[in-house]
Amino acid sequence: MAVKTLTINGDQYSAQEGESILAVCRQHHIPIPTLCHLEGLSTVGACRLCVVQIEGNPRLLPACTTKVEEGMIIQTSTPKLEKYRRMIVALLASEGNHVCAVCVANNHCELQDLAYQVGLVRVRYPYLYPDKKLDATHREYVMDHNRCVLCTRCVRVCDEVEGAHVWDVAGRGINCEIVSGLGGNWGDTQTCTECGKCVMVCPTGALFEKGVTVSEMEKKKGFLKYIITARQKKEWISQSE
Amino acid sequence: MSTITISPVTRIEGHAKITIHLNAKGEVEDARFHVNEFRGFEKFCEGRLLWEMPGLTSRICGICPASHLITSAKAGDDILSIGIPETAEKLRRLLTLAQWIQSHALSFFHLSSPDFLLGFEADPALRNIFGLMAHDKEFARRGIRLRKFGQQIIEFLGGRRIHTPWSVAGGVREPFTREERDTLLSWYPEVTETALMALETVKRINEKFTKELSCFGNFHSLFVGMVGSKGELEYYGGNLRIMDSAGNIIADNIDPRDYHKHFGEASESWSYLKFPYYKPIGYPKGIYRVGPLARLNICDHIETPLAEQERRSFKALAPMTEAVNNSFYFHYARLIELLFAVERTEQLLCDPAILGTHVRSKAEINALEGVGASEAPRGTLFHHYWVNENGVMQKVNMLIATAQNNMAMNRTVRQIAMQFVEGKSIPEPVLNRIEAGIRCFDPCLSCSTHAAGQMPMEVLLYDVNGALIERRST
Repeated sequence: MAVKTLTINGDQYSAQEGESILAVCRQHHIPIPTLCHLEGLSTVGACRLCVVQIEGNPRLLPACTTKVEEGMIIQTSTPKLEKYRRMIVALLASEGNHVCAVCVANNHCELQDLAYQVGLVRVRYPYLYPDKKLDATHREYVMDHNRCVLCTRCVRVCDEVEGAHVWDVAGRGINCEIVSGLGGNWGDTQTCTECGKCVMVCPTGALFEKGVTVSEMEKKKGFLKYIITARQKKEWISQSE
Repeated sequence: MSTITISPVTRIEGHAKITIHLNAKGEVEDARFHVNEFRGFEKFCEGRLLWEMPGLTSRICGICPASHLITSAKAGDDILSIGIPETAEKLRRLLTLAQWIQSHALSFFHLSSPDFLLGFEADPALRNIFGLMAHDKEFARRGIRLRKFGQQIIEFLGGRRIHTPWSVAGGVREPFTREERDTLLSWYPEVTETALMALETVKRINEKFTKELSCFGNFHSLFVGMVGSKGELEYYGGNLRIMDSAGNIIADNIDPRDYHKHFGEASESWSYLKFPYYKPIGYPKGIYRVGPLARLNICDHIETPLAEQERRSFKALAPMTEAVNNSFYFHYARLIELLFAVERTEQLLCDPAILGTHVRSKAEINALEGVGASEAPRGTLFHHYWVNENGVMQKVNMLIATAQNNMAMNRTVRQIAMQFVEGKSIPEPVLNRIEAGIRCFDPCLSCSTHAAGQMPMEVLLYDVNGALIERRST
């Protein structure tokens, strides 16, 4: 496989052909914020938080879906990028009903972490306060659409790793939402195996275990690497890795 | 008719105003206590999960979040239909008493004592906790430390002083450690001495303010609160007892689940605060009071020695044929409860069961309706929830202590206005007396309207034609 050389933030790196900019940056510990991306799942480029600047291209491109090319000159952190990342997190905050203080995922939430990371101190967009539903029909778990950021991690993990395909995305634009069993109650779906993978990969408090209270929902994502490694390499690593 | 308005009312928790209406002769005809804040917790909790309710409802208030937390968790226990572990109940009791200590200390030392120790005529700029520090540093310091002790217990139990989510349906989230227990025990005997010192102070106040004593909410009403199975002062469990102004028990051993059979809630267009009343008598004659004055009246005894001794002195304030009907004695009753809370927490801290590690029971939804009740610092608090089979809230009703004192606070304001307001203006000391009448009840308007915020108050004075003569803020 051909080797590509590229420049990131003024330093030269080499990468395998077909690798994403994000993969190269992660290998070399160059920080880029992500939300929809999760190692072990397919890449969708939905959240646009990982946008980077590439010399000669007027558009900002997501690092997770953009493949490396020979001679690319990339910037991963500029005032413009930081501004756009802050805007993205602010828009996510304003279009849902995110109330950290009483959320089950408070202090264990990737959206909350991102807000700190990108320096979001206030949201200048008007909050939409959408009238979203909470689906508590499942015996073990709850889906609170108020806290969903449509990252589709749940859709992907259920389809790609568990193979049950309980979740889908329905609707368009602001009416877009995650649905279970083609639009019914989660508890009524016949495909759910109750494995809980969707709950663990959800970055916010949208999916959680029934019975948890404020701040109690810790998401343990180690299982994903464990399963992927076991399947691909026939190696059974520690889940804490 | 003329009207005087006091707005905002200060040194209380929430937003309120008072209007005083004068007749054609310029005499006080009526006075009203208006609560002008609104948040609507009962409505927006609909659609949320039962398990979230303690964390959500504790946000109603920054002064007594622990009371909402405990009461909500108890309503959750009722819906899960489970008993909680012994350690969990003792820890919840400890939290409830810690709430009493910090809230009662706040009410007396920080909010009310400046009026009594500096005088109603003192400069308003100095008539506060800072003025108190300048006047009697040691007294103020001890009061602040006593409140800190209560807050310290809450922090050890719940991880933080305000809005801890520690108590949950089925018990509590974390056990208590030996180190924390030992640290708290090291606060004794200082806290007991402070509670006794406060009691001596309030007894001197009772003797000194004779003019205020006669009109600060001195009227007949019912008294409502919880008592234990042996008639003792109760704060966490127990059943309801209702006493009339002559000291007769007119209803006893009422399961708190049946509160709605006994108490109704009326509304008036001029206040966001509802007017609860005793149903068998009806509105507005079914006026009742809750809180320290009611609890001290209705209980047969207190289980701790020093507080029991004080309770007997308290009962001696009224003739044998009457309950203690004077709202001025709320302060005295509150400080007796403070002493009880200090004594009882020491007993609980010395109980080995409090260090148990099994603190949480788990269950699914086993009932579609549940009621939680406890004695918050300001009186009996009820949370009543209806859920569907998945635990999603369908309806919420909360009956708050301050709301239950609403009619009594209105009557107190009227009584003080009639005694002190003369002519078409209100001198500042009179304004302050009207507010002080309200402070006897230690109202928390954030809770009672399920709303939050600071609590300035204003007084408006209207003439016989309804024209505003004067607006006074404090």
